[in-house]
Amino acid sequence: MSLRLVLFIVFGAISAVSSVLMITRRDVVVSALFLVLNFAGLSGLYLTLNAQFIAVAQVIIYAGAIMVLFLFVIMLLRPENEKSFLEANPSIKVFALIIGAVIFFQLAYIIFFSSLAKLNNASVAASVKAGTIEEIGHQLYTNYILPFEAAGFLLLAATIGALVLAKKKFE
Amino acid sequence: MGIPIEYYLILSAFMFIVGVIGVLTRRNAIVVFMSIELMLNSANLTMVTFSSYLGNSIGQLFVFFVMTVAAAEAAIGLAIIIAMYRNKKTLNIDEINILKW
Repeated sequence: MSLRLVLFIVFGAISAVSSVLMITRRDVVVSALFLVLNFAGLSGLYLTLNAQFIAVAQVIIYAGAIMVLFLFVIMLLRPENEKSFLEANPSIKVFALIIGAVIFFQLAYIIFFSSLAKLNNASVAASVKAGTIEEIGHQLYTNYILPFEAAGFLLLAATIGALVLAKKKFE
Repeated sequence: MGIPIEYYLILSAFMFIVGVIGVLTRRNAIVVFMSIELMLNSANLTMVTFSSYLGNSIGQLFVFFVMTVAAAEAAIGLAIIIAMYRNKKTLNIDEINILKW
């Protein structure tokens, strides 16, 4: 077994198990902390895919910024614990599991019966080059400058919108 | 690249399904929101996988934009949740049915 495969199994197991634990815990704070663990595992997976910039951005943006925002809101609102997954309404649970199984088998069918195998001997050098911040930054500031500006405008709009929505009273 | 691409795609599909089940079963608005973030992340994993195996950086660029949109969405969504909690004093999405027909 190569080191890459070992790392994939470790980080993949962390991501999969923490995602399942996230939706089955009663306490919202515990759920949020498992989601942070899931993001950390995903960041490791990105590193095994040679995507250095995305791995760092994942930790900074998701685990650092978004989840802190979530934890602040949980702390402010202090929601009551709900029933855990196993005690939840059984009809909804069965419905959700059936829907999940159907979608999963559809996706698995597509993945295994499409001709993806020719991608498996892709060159590592091209993959490493594609993941560097130099290559991504070059694309971002030349061919994709307009979406980049639009993303900045979106963040401005979101900031103003959040301020307006969370104000004390609507006028 | 040592690992078959299917491994990453199956893991990503599994995480997406967990997110779907979370959205359908949980009744707390914040947990539903976190499940949506989980689904966004599984889609990101697929895009980074293909980007890496094809040796093309555009997929990772798109993941960067998805992260931007997710940050904006989290800010707006949590503001809406706070406003809702101020009016209804609950986070249970079964009791927040003001937009229901």
